[in-house]
Amino acid sequence: MKEILYSDIVKGVKEICMEANFNLGSDVIDAFRKGIEAEESPVGRDVLKQLIENAEIAADDKIAMCQDTGFAVFFVEMGDTVRIAGGAITDAINEGVRLGYDEGCLRKSICHPFTRKNTGDNTPAVIHYEPVPGDRLKITIAPKGGGSENMSGIAMLNPSDGVEGVVQYVVGKVIESGANPCPPVIVGVGIGGTFEKAALLSKKALLRTVGSVNPDQEAYALEKVILDRINRSGVGPQGLGGRVTALAVHVIIHPCHMASLPVAVNINCHAYRHKEIEF
Amino acid sequence: MPEIRITPPLSDIDIKKIKSGDRLLITGIVYAARDAAHRRMAERIERGEELPFDIRGQIIYYMGPAPARPGTAVGSAGPTTSGRMDRYSPALIKMGLKGMIGKGPRSEDMIRTMREYGCLYMAAVGGAGALLSRRIKSSTVIAWEDMGAEALRRMEVVDFPVIVVNDSEGRDLYRESVSRYRIDG
Repeated sequence: MKEILYSDIVKGVKEICMEANFNLGSDVIDAFRKGIEAEESPVGRDVLKQLIENAEIAADDKIAMCQDTGFAVFFVEMGDTVRIAGGAITDAINEGVRLGYDEGCLRKSICHPFTRKNTGDNTPAVIHYEPVPGDRLKITIAPKGGGSENMSGIAMLNPSDGVEGVVQYVVGKVIESGANPCPPVIVGVGIGGTFEKAALLSKKALLRTVGSVNPDQEAYALEKVILDRINRSGVGPQGLGGRVTALAVHVIIHPCHMASLPVAVNINCHAYRHKEIEF
Repeated sequence: MPEIRITPPLSDIDIKKIKSGDRLLITGIVYAARDAAHRRMAERIERGEELPFDIRGQIIYYMGPAPARPGTAVGSAGPTTSGRMDRYSPALIKMGLKGMIGKGPRSEDMIRTMREYGCLYMAAVGGAGALLSRRIKSSTVIAWEDMGAEALRRMEVVDFPVIVVNDSEGRDLYRESVSRYRIDG
C-alpha cells in the first residue's frame, strides 16, 4: 500500500488549476506558428499572432489566458494499491479547485441550471476516475470553457452510415459551430461504445498533445480525413474566414453494439489547457 | 487595413460610416453584460422600469471577467458567445443601443433589427482575454453585484481592438469571409 496525504493532493490540485490556466502548452503555440504559415487570410494570420501574444502575456503576468477558466474537469488514474490518508480523494480535488480558483484569480463559472445562482468557488468539479494497477496516482485537469462545450454533439448513427456517416457528422458539427467555439479548435471524437461512453471518449481524446501521432492506424487515418475536410470549410481563425479552422482532430475508436454506431464530438477552443500531477 | 478610432456615444451618422470588415479601436466607456445581466435588463424593460444606465448611443461588451489581481483594473476579459443574447438585444437596440461586442454570429432577426435601427455588431478575439484585459483601464460594477462575474459593469477602454461583423446595411462578415475561403468538393 502506498499512502498519499489528503493535504498533498489539495496542494497539487490547487497548483495545476492555476498552471493550466496561465500556461498554454508549447504544442499549441507550435500549432499556432504552423497555422500562421498555412493561413491565407490576413485577418486569420493576425488572429493567430494575437493568440501567441495572449499566451505570452498570460504566462508572464500569471493571469488566465481566457476569462472563461472553465468547468474544472479531471481525469484521475488511481492505482489499486494507493490509499489516501486524511480524507476522500473527491473532497481533496474539490478543495484544491476552491483554493486554486481563488488564489489564481480564476473565474468561478459554475451555477444552478435554473436559478443560475453561482456556487461561488467553481465546484463541484467533474471527475472521471479510472482504476489502474500499481501504486501511482495521476491527476489531470482539463479546464473546459462553456462556449466550446456548448457546441458538442452526439449521434446514434445507423451502422450502415459507416465511416462516411461519421465523417459527415463530425465535419458538419464543427462547421455549423462556426465562430462560436473560438476556432482554431481541437476536435475530440469518440466513436463506438454506448451513448455515454462515446461522449466520455470524445472528451478524453482532448487530453492528447497537439501534433502527436495516434498509434491506432485506423483512427489516425480518420483524423487526417476529418481535419482536411474541416479546414476546407473556410471558417478559419475566429470564424472570420481562412484555412486554419482546426489545429487537430483526435479520434478514439471503441467497440460498439451490433445495432449501434455512436459518435460524439467534443470541441475544444484554442485555449487547449491541461496539466497533470503524479504522486 | 487602417484602423478607425471611435468613442461612444455613437450617433446614427457615426454608424453609417462604419462598414462590415472595418477594424476599429474603441476608446471610452463600454458596458459589460452577459446572459444574466441581459435577463435582468429585459425584466426591467418588461416592468416599465429604467435601465441602470442611459443606453442611447452606447456599446455593450458581452463579457464576464476573471477577478482582477490587486493593482489591476480587471482580470482576463475576452468576449463570450453572442448568440445567447439574441433574444434580449432587439429590445435594447430599439432603445438606442448602438454597438455590441462579442464573438460568433447573430440571428437573422438581429441582423434585420441592426439594419432597421442602425447598430453595429463587432467581434473581439475570443480567448484573447489576457491581451484584451490590458486595454481595459477601469471597471466598476454598476448593478447586480450579486451576480459576480455576470454583474453589469461600466468599463473604460483604450484602443480596444474589434472587427465589424454586421453593419447598418445588413452585411455579415462571417458569412462573406467564410464563403471566400471555402474550398468546394
